[in-house]
Amino acid sequence: MSESKSHQRRLKRSAAHERFRRAGNRVMLGLTGLMTLLAIVPLAWILLEVFMRGSSAMSIEFLTDTFKPTSMGGGGVWHAIVGTGILIGLAALMAVPVGILTAFYVSEHPNTTLGLAVRFGTDVLSGLPSIVVGLFVYTIMVSGQGYSALAGSVALAILMLPVVVRTTEEMLKLVPRSLREASLALGAPEWKTSFQVMLPAATTGVVTGLMLAVARVAGETAPLLFTALGSNNLSTALDKPIASLPLVLFKYALDPSRVRNAQAWAIALVIVTLVLILNIGARLIALWRTTRGVTQ
Amino acid sequence: MTFSASHKFKRVSSSRVGRALHASRGDIPFKTVIILSSLSLLGLMVGVGVMLWLRSGPTRETAGWSFVTLNQWNPVGEVFGALPFIVGTLTTSLAAVLIALPLGLGIAVFLAELCPLQLRTVVGFMVELLAAIPSVVYGAWGIFVFIPAFVAPVGNWLMNTFGNPNRFPYLPIFQGPFFGASNLAAGLILAVMILPTISAISRDVLLAVPRVQREAALALGSTEWETIWQVVLPYGLSGILGAVILGLGRALGETMAVTMVIGNVSQLSASLLSPGYTMASVIANEWGESRTPLYASALLEIGLLLFITSLLLNIVARLLVWSVARKTPEQRA
Repeated sequence: MSESKSHQRRLKRSAAHERFRRAGNRVMLGLTGLMTLLAIVPLAWILLEVFMRGSSAMSIEFLTDTFKPTSMGGGGVWHAIVGTGILIGLAALMAVPVGILTAFYVSEHPNTTLGLAVRFGTDVLSGLPSIVVGLFVYTIMVSGQGYSALAGSVALAILMLPVVVRTTEEMLKLVPRSLREASLALGAPEWKTSFQVMLPAATTGVVTGLMLAVARVAGETAPLLFTALGSNNLSTALDKPIASLPLVLFKYALDPSRVRNAQAWAIALVIVTLVLILNIGARLIALWRTTRGVTQ
Repeated sequence: MTFSASHKFKRVSSSRVGRALHASRGDIPFKTVIILSSLSLLGLMVGVGVMLWLRSGPTRETAGWSFVTLNQWNPVGEVFGALPFIVGTLTTSLAAVLIALPLGLGIAVFLAELCPLQLRTVVGFMVELLAAIPSVVYGAWGIFVFIPAFVAPVGNWLMNTFGNPNRFPYLPIFQGPFFGASNLAAGLILAVMILPTISAISRDVLLAVPRVQREAALALGSTEWETIWQVVLPYGLSGILGAVILGLGRALGETMAVTMVIGNVSQLSASLLSPGYTMASVIANEWGESRTPLYASALLEIGLLLFITSLLLNIVARLLVWSVARKTPEQRA
């Protein structure tokens, strides 16, 4: 009698424990979903503020005028748009060829000592603070010769390099092995196989890599402080300081003038729009490419 | 006999080499070029270390170890002790990691274990977009929106509740004065900025945990959460640790956003609510003023310290992540 009572009590307790476990399960799983929602909040908040505040200060003149003092209306940022274009264009010209060649090596020799070292090095390089890269370029290109657009674009190129290598390598790996083997079997040398078979097959990879790399450096400010320096003049000279959108944004955001603060938001709108388009575009292209690759 | 055999061997092999060379004309230059460009990537990292080491020579010689232990930064008197900046960097980065770790882990679990497949890509992408927003935009948002709307009320509440030295004498981290721009503001913004790093890499680590581990736990009667907490997370622990260290490395080197919201006051303070200064922000802020060679060398030495720290953190973190999640099928897809 007493034995079955204690047995029943134990059963009751274990049923309670079971309920507790199931409740805990639901609570914790719900919590992870809540955390994910919580992470979307700052993203939505930033984008909302940038689009609302930025669009109220945005105008055609703001994009096409050059610098003017606030007493004359504040002018626009055409000089900085030109500067950023030159900086990023030059940086891409340097980073893309080196990145593609490195990706060739890494994707074809992934397990040699050098291949492993480079893949590891790419990961590590992408984690280096951009300010350190800026200081490095200062020591080799600026000190003694002066601030220059060229130095700025070298700094940006170093920051772009790991992104280009990574994405191109990923896409080269998706090219079917048989394609490469067929080319080699037909007697084509390796370089021809790489350039005329592998690279065209991985064009989307190179394009997305370039887009992501541009997005990565479009808003970079810290390394430009020690290299391109910034300028209020419209300049295209590569050996002179040059303006850039993020540098102007930084300066205007800390300016006591309300006009400048409003302009800072308009610049933020330009940069964020560019970065969003590049990121979303690259993601869509990559998605399209991988799904097509699977069905092939 | 031996002579003729070796002679024959030589002739065959040399003709084979010749044919191979002919077939792959241009391959040797090609291989040289791709190896050189690969080496240049590694050379870059060595170059950064060497150049910063050389150019920070003046302060390394005059200040020695006092550079990292001295709490005095006086460019006019040419006394350079970077302790307040080092402490500031550690405070803000650790605060950021403490906030971002539980959140990032929760997101990773949600994305890897619970989220429907169609939603996973979209939600994961949205979280990763947080990493795409430029630092300087975070800074502007911090000054004009985040500090007045969030940090100021939270900071004031913390100061009034826990900052009273009579009630909580052993809790100096919430003592005032508080003006908005503060270690707390920097730490919170850094937490948002490193969240995608921690969550994305942890998610990849969790996806790399073998399916049988989960099935075994579920078959033994575990609930889903018990499976995650007692089996999946411990299995991926080293990779998650790597993700956290990677986030820490990102936080250490963040410059613009921190410079814009931390207040830039060089002081040693135990309070999260007081304004501070970090290694990266002192370089960005004082570079234009550094006219003397010794001053420039001091800032470059701070850069060298940042480089060494982030290099070591990155190497350790990547090894940890690679040990779990290298080349998982999910990553390749």
